[in-house]
Amino acid sequence: MNKIKSILGAMAIGLAALATPVMAAGEAVEIHKQPWTFAGLFGTYDENQLQRGFKVFKDVCATCHSARLLAFRNLSEKGGPGYTEDQVKALAASYQIADPDAEGGRRPGIPADRWPSPFASDAEARAANGGSLPPDLSVMAKARGVSTPFPYWIWNYISAYSEAGPDYIHALLTGYETSVPEGVHGSDGQPLQLPAGKYFNHVFPGHAIGMPPPLSDGLIAYDAPEEGVAPVPQTVDQYSRDVSAFLMWVAEPHLVARKEAGLQVLIFLAVFAGLLYMVKRRLWSKVEH
Amino acid sequence: MAHESSYVPGNAIEKWIDDRLPIIRWSKEHLIDYPTPKNLNYWWTFGAILAFMLGVQIVTGIVLAMHYTPHVDLAFDSVEHIRRDVNGGRIIQAVHATGASMFFFAVYIHMARNLFYGSYKAPREILWILGVLLFVLMVTTAFMGYVLPWGQMSFWAATVITNILGAVPVVGEPILQLLRGGFAVDNATLNRFFSLHYLLPFIIAAVVGLHIWALHVPGNNNPVGVEVKSNRDTVPFHPYYTMKDLFAVIVFCIPFAYFVYFAPDILGHPDNYIMADSQVTPAHIVPEWYFLPFYAILRAIDFNILFIDSKLGGVIFFAGALLVLFFVPWLDTSKVRSGAFRPVFKWFYALFIINFILLTWLGAQDAANPVYNAMAKICTAYYFVYFLVVLPLLGRFEVPKALPPSISEPVLKSGASAH
Repeated sequence: MNKIKSILGAMAIGLAALATPVMAAGEAVEIHKQPWTFAGLFGTYDENQLQRGFKVFKDVCATCHSARLLAFRNLSEKGGPGYTEDQVKALAASYQIADPDAEGGRRPGIPADRWPSPFASDAEARAANGGSLPPDLSVMAKARGVSTPFPYWIWNYISAYSEAGPDYIHALLTGYETSVPEGVHGSDGQPLQLPAGKYFNHVFPGHAIGMPPPLSDGLIAYDAPEEGVAPVPQTVDQYSRDVSAFLMWVAEPHLVARKEAGLQVLIFLAVFAGLLYMVKRRLWSKVEH
Repeated sequence: MAHESSYVPGNAIEKWIDDRLPIIRWSKEHLIDYPTPKNLNYWWTFGAILAFMLGVQIVTGIVLAMHYTPHVDLAFDSVEHIRRDVNGGRIIQAVHATGASMFFFAVYIHMARNLFYGSYKAPREILWILGVLLFVLMVTTAFMGYVLPWGQMSFWAATVITNILGAVPVVGEPILQLLRGGFAVDNATLNRFFSLHYLLPFIIAAVVGLHIWALHVPGNNNPVGVEVKSNRDTVPFHPYYTMKDLFAVIVFCIPFAYFVYFAPDILGHPDNYIMADSQVTPAHIVPEWYFLPFYAILRAIDFNILFIDSKLGGVIFFAGALLVLFFVPWLDTSKVRSGAFRPVFKWFYALFIINFILLTWLGAQDAANPVYNAMAKICTAYYFVYFLVVLPLLGRFEVPKALPPSISEPVLKSGASAH
């Protein structure tokens, strides 16, 4: 079964890689569908990718963004990055959690704690980020979409396309330019002028984003691979891919179990429908109608 | 269908019950023996599918209410809590959210079938009116339900749609405040919407009871549109239609399950995964797909008509699009029920269906685009022309095809064909 799954999965990825261009909401910028392991009926998360993505999240994103719905214990749950309970316990303990009941108002974390927010309040977060509020990342991978022009979106329904969020995040993180490219206009029709403290991004609505380019090649050191395995490239594209996958898991921690159950349900329904059809035919064969 | 009760109490206990509360007799008559035309096609299974969907929505809804918190600060996270931490919660929540879409899909098919086969004609006018009432109740319930997750679309849809009421002269403003529980959509709105969203499905269930009662008096219409003449034309409801309906329900569950398990969010809007924020307006406020045709009609009226300004005009057309349905039994003057025997009607009907799908699509497009704007006006016009001009006139001028003398007649002539 696993083998069939991985073959079908690979086929699904192959199909998806025939990248249908999709458009960012309200913007004429192409966002390409990326080959995700968790896409399609047989999709599952890649544990290694989630662990790499977690590293990017922990070292980069989490310095400004909160993820208030993510609990430490989630990291050791089935269908996730696959950390052991001891690893999660140690990780949680390395964070200080605000707790009014604890002495001094802070205590070491436990697996049941939620991911601690980097700022105590929205006001503090804005003050530290030039007036912009870094949004919470808990369900970010489902809070962004790409709109597909007619008639291509019909295929989205048939293929159960649910990866618009990761596609958008990946496109955003790889969509920075050091300066405004020629030919980009603001809403007033004049060449776009970036306000102070804003950065140019192809995908972000309006192109002026408050978040400085968070990633650069070689920024995060991935663990050395096992012998004989090619190392994972440490590039902006790969970091973006990994952290997008991780954020999808944060938003949908039970995706794998859901899809596995779905296959069983579909098979059951198909067989049951077949049997009922035979019952119905047999029954009605005696009636002239 | 008026028919003799064939129920004979099987033993002394059944006899004792039958003399006091003839519930077993009633069940035998209405759930088992109920004579049903034998030529019903699969379009007729959507009644059973709708009953099934109502059950699904009520059961999943009751479970969701056990875990949901109707408070502006907690509602969003409590829905996520259901999806993340409640046992089976992600499936129950997805079934309920996707179920709303499936419910509306089924009700649109059910209504389109009635409009084609003329099932609203005498003696089934009350049956149809109750059906339209059910549709209006469903729309209200679904709208309030969509507000409960308290995402950006929830909040802004609530704001935009309740604003509609404010356009009504004199009484609009006070009703609007009563509905919102204040001057803006806020915690009070969320609380009353939750309360009403829990109440309305039970009212729907009660009206469904009346709807089925009104069905069982004249009996089913059928694809030929000729009344049942003898028991040669009918089969008992059980097992013939119970099994056929069950089969249809299970087939209906296949795309339903596909969405629930593989794309639970595809029928929603990504903005609803952003917590409601009264300070940030989304770029496009789009209602759920099943409201789009009526939303397109609302937006199409962007001009003043005499002393009626465009806002009130939109509301009048929006409400009119629903109200006109109540009068369809009297607007359609044709004596022939089934569209199959009406050669001209068929074309107008096909155009009406295409027009309705176009309206759905236009409801999601940018209203500022002049092409879409013009299309929306034309489609809105045809929606009303169909009911107010085509249906009344067609009955006078159209020459229908010859009707078969009975349901069994065409069946026996053409030989048995499998449905």
